[in-house]
Amino acid sequence: MSTTAISRNPRHSADSPSPVLSLINITKKFPGVIALNKVSFDVRAGEVHALLGENGAGKSTLMKVLAGKHQPNGGQIFLAGEKKFFENPKQAKKSGIVLIHQEQSLVPEMSVAENIFLGSLPLKWGNRVDWKKLHADSTEILKRLKCTFSSRDMVSNLSIAKKQMVEIARALVFTPRIVVFDEPTASLTDHEKPVLYDIIRNLQKQGVGIVYISHRMDEIFHLSQRISVLRDGEYNGTLNTADTSEDEVTKLMIGRTLKLDHASKPREFKENMLELRSLTVKGVFEDISFNVRKGEIVGMYGLVGAGRSEVAETIFGLRQPSAGEILLDGKVESIRSTHDAVARGIALVPEDRKDKGLILGMNCRDNMTLSALGSVSSMGFMKTSEEKVVYDKYQRAMKIKTPSWRQKVGNLSGGNQQKIVIGKWLHTHPKLLILDEPTRGIDVGSKAEIHGLIKELARSGYAVLVISSEMPEVLGVSNRIIAMYEGRVTAEFDGDAVSEDKLVQAITGQYVTETSGPAHSASA
Amino acid sequence: MASIEQGKQAILLNKKYKEGLLNFLSAQGILVFFLICMFAFSLFSEQFLSQSNIMTVVRQASIIGIIAVGVTIVIIGGNLDLSVGSMLSFSTVLVVDLHDKIGPAGAIVLMFVLTLMIGAVNGLLIGFMRLNSLIVTLAMLSAVQGLVLIYSGGKNVDIANQSDTWFAIFGRGYVLGIAVPVILFAVLAIIVQVGMSYTSYGRRIFAVGGNPAAAVYSGIRRNWCVFSTYLISAFCVACAALVLGSRVMGSQNNVGQGYELLVLAGIILGGTSLLGGAGSVWKTIIGVLILGFIQNGLLLLGYPYYTQWLVTWVIIILAVWLDLANKRKRLFTTHS
Repeated sequence: MSTTAISRNPRHSADSPSPVLSLINITKKFPGVIALNKVSFDVRAGEVHALLGENGAGKSTLMKVLAGKHQPNGGQIFLAGEKKFFENPKQAKKSGIVLIHQEQSLVPEMSVAENIFLGSLPLKWGNRVDWKKLHADSTEILKRLKCTFSSRDMVSNLSIAKKQMVEIARALVFTPRIVVFDEPTASLTDHEKPVLYDIIRNLQKQGVGIVYISHRMDEIFHLSQRISVLRDGEYNGTLNTADTSEDEVTKLMIGRTLKLDHASKPREFKENMLELRSLTVKGVFEDISFNVRKGEIVGMYGLVGAGRSEVAETIFGLRQPSAGEILLDGKVESIRSTHDAVARGIALVPEDRKDKGLILGMNCRDNMTLSALGSVSSMGFMKTSEEKVVYDKYQRAMKIKTPSWRQKVGNLSGGNQQKIVIGKWLHTHPKLLILDEPTRGIDVGSKAEIHGLIKELARSGYAVLVISSEMPEVLGVSNRIIAMYEGRVTAEFDGDAVSEDKLVQAITGQYVTETSGPAHSASA
Repeated sequence: MASIEQGKQAILLNKKYKEGLLNFLSAQGILVFFLICMFAFSLFSEQFLSQSNIMTVVRQASIIGIIAVGVTIVIIGGNLDLSVGSMLSFSTVLVVDLHDKIGPAGAIVLMFVLTLMIGAVNGLLIGFMRLNSLIVTLAMLSAVQGLVLIYSGGKNVDIANQSDTWFAIFGRGYVLGIAVPVILFAVLAIIVQVGMSYTSYGRRIFAVGGNPAAAVYSGIRRNWCVFSTYLISAFCVACAALVLGSRVMGSQNNVGQGYELLVLAGIILGGTSLLGGAGSVWKTIIGVLILGFIQNGLLLLGYPYYTQWLVTWVIIILAVWLDLANKRKRLFTTHS
């Protein structure tokens, strides 16, 4: 068995330092799907090995096998030359394998220190918690992570980024041999990323092997020594980061090269679809004025917490404005509920698809038609054959990968889930489509598909508002860009001509347009 | 090396076997349990499987069943309704008391209206004010019992001329040899099951129960959906009161006491998850019938009626455990 593994993987013979962790020919089957087909992967001590692949390629499954959450149907795991079989996550943890997960697993009602040492609280006198030592040790770890918050802070009071830091702090309690970072920067701001990079380099120096899963190429090239790529559950090659390029990696991932395509942006704008006039929700955002025309894509760029999602929620009837007006098609509208919003042709693809976009326990078809049940029913009775037609249409148009419409959406990968949410809204035939972070946590391939889709929709006459924290995304799709900072619009830019510097200044409050754009003329 | 491989194989095999058994038990366990009980009872009592006994059980179970159909909808919508017990007392006392005062037709109409109003209050508090359904309906349970006592002044009520009223048909009548309560139960169950499975209304309730936030973000009027489930629940209670009042032709003040738990037991036993977003009326019917047969069997075996309370407890624990076991298994086998 092991001889075939070596012949399949040329790097084994070429590598000089022996890997601390080797996964050899791992196969994992789920009912009806082969999630991993003879995948091999290794990590050397003190190395950052990036693991790449589109959503559903098997990265998470491979890491769950490594962490003992899944048991492989075939293949072997060697840790420091010793053969291992993990029956459960506890055993893997004991062996020094730590997984820092996308989804957070902290207890919000406990302090930072308690969370860090959860399950291994320092004790004295037999069974009493040694609070002094607990906080001293926690403070020490937090200091190493350059965290600004105290070990006594309540986790529920921390921002998402800080919670992520606590999650990482947890890993440092044990002396790990392998640390897996699964999309660690998804919720971090640009200021916090360098701190994470420092932590990773520190771990490297201590000889820890690091697996780094991310969709962001810049991070991967910044951090990793080697890059391995999975595609459709199969091992697709390993590259030395120093000898390769983003293009090569992307090609390996999706089998083609990608380029930002500014020319494909829609160019034909008609009358105003949406106009906001000094829209205000007290304490959340103030004096927001801008417009979106039919056939136009407007990007809304800003830091997390700048109030972008809240503006979208207000347009969608989830919040009531305390001042200002919302105009749709030139008419002032009062939108009291999401039901009102949908009836007026507004669609919102929410930021958090698992919590707000989908009923995870429902199947794909039922999720797809949920916002337009009237269109697939008569006299209140569902016409399931028509539902199936609707589902098939969007499933094909957007290349949603599922074994069957009966599949629960909870079992789909992030990219496919997002496509279902978008399909759901397209089926309502909206006039205004708002997308909040449409490609968060989605692989490069699906990302490009979704960007293409957004442009196509605008060309066919939709007014589109895209909220994003990713600059390439905003620049890549928007005709105009609205920059927000602390609940206010700070600037409005031409999406083709703006410089990245200006954009960054605008969202950090260092730059406000002097020219009287629509934002200012309306508020005057 | 070989021994490790063998060990691994053994673990996998053992796991597979365990999973298979768990799977089977959680899917069919209740039914298996039911069949064993039926078999055991039939060994000790010849009457147990007789046609007349079975019809009796089904007829007796129909009151709980009718209520359970309504409560199932509330649970699928992600809430609870514990107030049905004293609502049943309220409605039964009302319809029986009013029967002689304003005539059966008026009594029935007024009883339905007032019962639906209680349901509407539940619905307003839980649907529109977003209060916790457990607390609201628990409070309603005692409030309505208080209302009943105030209304009746603590006295039991009955119908004076019991042999000469068409009101008797709901509890005592037969159509084509089938007891009217059973027919009512079946018709209600079918209507509600069809409503849940084949209408957009049902789809909305499943969505609201499955993920309230996502339902709202999909343009569904969550508040109205929740509100409506409590109206349905109240409507079912009113139907049950019709049957109960007509069968007994009188009513104690607390005739519905404990029904909320029996109803819940039937629903849980059927396998509808208390978390919402899943379940079906068919399951509830099976659960209610199992409960009915076990109670009946215990009585036939000569155990006093109150042993059924203990047995019900055991059954609920068993059902909840199986539900949990099933969830745990799913938790560990989900893939991303």
